[in-house]
Amino acid sequence: MPILEHLWIIPLLPLLGATVNGLLGRTWPNKIINSVAIGATGLSFLAALEAVREFFLLSSEQIPWVKQYFSWIEAGNFRAGFDLQVDQLTLVMLLVVTGVGWLIHIYSTGYMAHEGGYYRFFAYLNLFMFFMLILVLAANYVLLFVGWEGVGLASYLLIGFYFLRKSAADAGKKAFIVNRIGDFGFMLGMFLLFRTFGTLDFVKLFDKATPLPAEALGHLGTLTVACLLLFMGAAGKSAQIPLYVWLPDAMEGPTPVSALIHAATMVTAGVYVVARSHVLFMHAPTAMLVVAVVGCATALFAATIGLVQTDIKKVLAYSTVSQLGYMFLACGVGAFSAGVFHLMTHAFFKALLFLAAGSVIHAMGGEQDMLRMGGLSKKIKWTYVTMLTGTLAIAGIPPLAGFFSKDSILLNAYLSENSGPNVGHILYAAGLFTALLTSFYMFRLIFLTFFGKERYDEHHVHVHESPKSMLIPLAILAVLSIVGGWLAAPAFWGKSDYFAKFLEPVFAAPGGSEAGTAEAVAHALETPLAIIAVLTALAGLLAAYWLYVKQPSKSDSLAKSFRGVYQTLLHKYYVDEFYSAVVVRPLLWLSTNVFWKTVDVSIIDGAVNGIAEGITVVGDGTRRAQSGNTRSYAVWVVVGAIVIVAVIFWPHVRPVLGVAR
Amino acid sequence: MTATLIIFFVLAALAVGGALSLIFQKHPIHSALSLIVVMVALAGLYLLMGAEFVAAVQIIVYGGAIMVLFVFVIMLLNAGIEEHTNFSKLAGFPGLLLAFALTGFIAATIARATDTVQAASQPGNIASTRDLSNMIFRDFVYPFELTSFLILVAVLGAIVLAQRETRP
Amino acid sequence: MIPTNYYVVLSAILFGLGVLAFIFKRNIISIFMSIELMLNAVNLAFVAFSQAMHKVDGQVFVLFVIVVAAAEAAVGLAIIILTARNRQSLNVERVDLLKL
Repeated sequence: MPILEHLWIIPLLPLLGATVNGLLGRTWPNKIINSVAIGATGLSFLAALEAVREFFLLSSEQIPWVKQYFSWIEAGNFRAGFDLQVDQLTLVMLLVVTGVGWLIHIYSTGYMAHEGGYYRFFAYLNLFMFFMLILVLAANYVLLFVGWEGVGLASYLLIGFYFLRKSAADAGKKAFIVNRIGDFGFMLGMFLLFRTFGTLDFVKLFDKATPLPAEALGHLGTLTVACLLLFMGAAGKSAQIPLYVWLPDAMEGPTPVSALIHAATMVTAGVYVVARSHVLFMHAPTAMLVVAVVGCATALFAATIGLVQTDIKKVLAYSTVSQLGYMFLACGVGAFSAGVFHLMTHAFFKALLFLAAGSVIHAMGGEQDMLRMGGLSKKIKWTYVTMLTGTLAIAGIPPLAGFFSKDSILLNAYLSENSGPNVGHILYAAGLFTALLTSFYMFRLIFLTFFGKERYDEHHVHVHESPKSMLIPLAILAVLSIVGGWLAAPAFWGKSDYFAKFLEPVFAAPGGSEAGTAEAVAHALETPLAIIAVLTALAGLLAAYWLYVKQPSKSDSLAKSFRGVYQTLLHKYYVDEFYSAVVVRPLLWLSTNVFWKTVDVSIIDGAVNGIAEGITVVGDGTRRAQSGNTRSYAVWVVVGAIVIVAVIFWPHVRPVLGVAR
Repeated sequence: MTATLIIFFVLAALAVGGALSLIFQKHPIHSALSLIVVMVALAGLYLLMGAEFVAAVQIIVYGGAIMVLFVFVIMLLNAGIEEHTNFSKLAGFPGLLLAFALTGFIAATIARATDTVQAASQPGNIASTRDLSNMIFRDFVYPFELTSFLILVAVLGAIVLAQRETRP
Repeated sequence: MIPTNYYVVLSAILFGLGVLAFIFKRNIISIFMSIELMLNAVNLAFVAFSQAMHKVDGQVFVLFVIVVAAAEAAVGLAIIILTARNRQSLNVERVDLLKL
C-alpha cells in the first residue's frame, strides 16, 4: 500500500513545486515553470488515483484509514498530530481538487502566457494546492484549520496578483479580512469542541459524540453552539450571508484563479467541513435549520443580484454564491451526500464556465463587460460550445450533471421534516424559484455574449480563438459536466444512487435522514418533482430568449419601469455600503481615536516616556545630595552609621523602639 | 559609694567636660588642649580598669605624639578663630537631631542589654604586659608587621605631600 | 566593682559628642580632632570589654587602633596642610570645588 502508507506525498508534491518555482523560477523560461507546476500537480493527481485504487482493497474495518506522521502539539492530555485520514468523502474531495486543479494548471499556461510574474502565479497556485490537500486530508480539526488558513492566504495572494492595481489589492485584503471573521467563529467552535470532548481528532471525537442524545430544537446546547460556530467559519470561507461580500470582489484576480479557488475548491471547504462534522450537526437540529435557511436565503439572494450584472465574471461569481447556498441547503436538511454530489458536479461545470469566460475575455482582448460583446458564437466556436454545455448543466437540463444533483437537493428539501412540517415545503419553493432565476441569468449570459449584433468595434478588437492549451481542459470539463451526474442516474429507474451508496459508510449515522419509510415516499415523488424542475429550467431559458434575442429593447424598458428594483439589484442591495457605514467606519474611528491616540500614544507611550522622565526627575533630585558641601556629607555619614547600627543590633534595638514583638 | 566609683565619675566627668569643651571652643588650639584633657582622663580610666600598658601607650603615643603633631600643624598654618559660615542646610538642626539619635540608640541599646555586660570588672592585673606582648608577638605577629609597614608608608606619604614645591 | 555598662555608656556618650563635633565644627583641624575623639571612645569600649571577658585581645586591638590613628593623623595633617595652602583658608566649607 505505498500511497496509503505515505499519504504525505499527495500534498507534498505541490509544495515542492511551489518552493522550486517560487525560489528559483524568477529567471526561468515559461516552459520550465510549466513543467514543474503541471508536473507536480499531475503527479499529485496520479497519486490520488493510486490512493483510490488502494482504498478499494481495504476491508471495511480499516476505514477510515488514518496515518499519524508526527506529533505536532502535545500538551497534557491534548494531542494534535500531523495525521492524514482517508475515507470515501476524502476520496471524492481529493479527486476533485487534484483533477480539476490539474486541468486548470494546464489552462493557465495558455491564459497567463503573456502576463508578468508568471513564475509567481504558478508558485502561488501550487501553494494553494498544497494547503487545500492538507485541508482535505486532515484527520483532526487543528490540521484542517492549518489548511483552512493556508488557502485563505493563497487566495489573498492570488486575488491581489495584479497588486499594482489598487482595486485588486483592496479585494485581496477584503477577502482575507472577511474570512478572518469567519475563522474567529471556527476557532471558537474548535475550542468549545475541545473543551467538551477533550480531543479534536475526527475519529475519536465522533465516536464520543455519537452516543449523546440529540439536542432539542430551539435549545442552545453545547453541540448546537459549536456547530453554529463552525458554520460561521464555513459561511466566511464559502461566501454565505452575511460573509459573502468578498467573493464578487475576488474576481479581480486572474480568471483561472477564479475558476480554481472561487468556484471549484476553496469555497467548497465550508461545505466539506459541514459534511465532515455531520455527526455533530445531526445532534443539533437547530444548527441544521440555521444552515438550511441561510443556504436557501443566500441562494435566492445571490441569484436575484446575478440577474442584472453586466460583468461576465460577476454573474458567475454570484452564481457560485447561489450554488453554494444550494449545497448548504442540502446539508441543512440532512442530505449530506446530495450536498457533496452537488459540490462535485458544481466543480465541473463552474470551473468550465469560468474557464470558458476566460477564453471569451482572452478572445476579446481583455473585455469583460457583456454589454460590449455579442454575436461571438460563430467566431469562437469551441468556446461557445463548451460554455453552452456548462450553462445547460448549471440550469439543470437533463441528462447533464447539474440536473441530477440539483434535483436530489430539491427532493430532499421537500421531504425534510426535521424542523417542522412546512419548513421543507418553503425551502423547496424557494429553491425552485432560485432554479428558475439561475436558468434565466445563465442563458441571459449566453445570449448577451454569443448572440445578437456585435456591440463592439471590429477594428479595435480582434476576436480569435484560444490556443489548444486552453481549449483541451475546456473540452475535458465539458465531458465531465455531461457524464458526471450519471453516477446518480440509476436512482431513476429503481436501482439506488451509486454516489450516495458510495458515501453511505461516511454519512450513515443513527437517526440519519435516509430512514426506511421515507424511501418509498421519496421514490414516488422523484419523477413528478424532476419534471417540475426541468420545466422551470426551460421556463428560464425561454424568458431569457425572449428578452435578449427576440425583443432586446424590452429588457431596457423593463429596467426603466422597475427602476427602483433594478437599481437595488444592480447595486447588490447596497450591502457593501451598509457594511462600510456600520462596521468599517466605526471600526476605523475606534482604531484611530481610541486605540491609537488614547491607548497607544497617551497610555503606553506616555507610560514608557513617563518612566524615563520620572527617572530623570529622580536623578535630578538625587543629584542634590552631592552638594559639594563637606558638612552635609558628614551628616550623611552619620545617617549611614545609624542605619548600620540599627541593622546590626536589631534584636536589641526593638525594645528601645518599642516595636511589638 | 566606693572610692573606685568616685574616681570613675570624676574621670568620666573630666572626659565629658573635655569633649564638650572641644565642641564649644572657637579657636582650634583650645580644642586641641581639650582633647588632651580627654585623653588623659581616658588614660586614667584605663588605669582604673587595670590596663596599665594601654594607659601608658595612650599618654605617650596619643598625648605625646599625635596631639603634639596637631598643635604643631595649628601653629604652622596660623589657624585663627574659625569664621562663621553656614553653607550646608543639613548640618544644623537635622544634624543635631541625628547625632542625638545615634548616641541615644547606642546608649539605650547597651543599657537594656541584660547579658554578660553586667559582669563586674575586677581590679588588679587582668593582663600583664608580659601576656600582652605574648599575644602580640605570637598570635598577632602578622598584623603587627603590617602595621609597621603602614607607618612606614604613612611617613613617606606625609613627607612627600608636605614638601614645598621645588621650582626648577 | 564598676559595672561594664557604665564604661560602655560613657564610650557611647563620648562617641556621640565626637559626632556632634564632626557635624558642627567648621575648622578642618577641629573636625580631624573630633575623629580622634571618636576613636578614643571606641578604645574605651574595647578595653572595657577586654576586662569584662578576661581576655587580652581587646587591649591588643586598642594598640593597633592607636597605631593606625597615628598613621592616619600624619597623612591627614599633611593633606590638610596642602589644602590650606591651596585655598588660603581652613574653613571646610570653602573646599567646595565639587559643587555644581
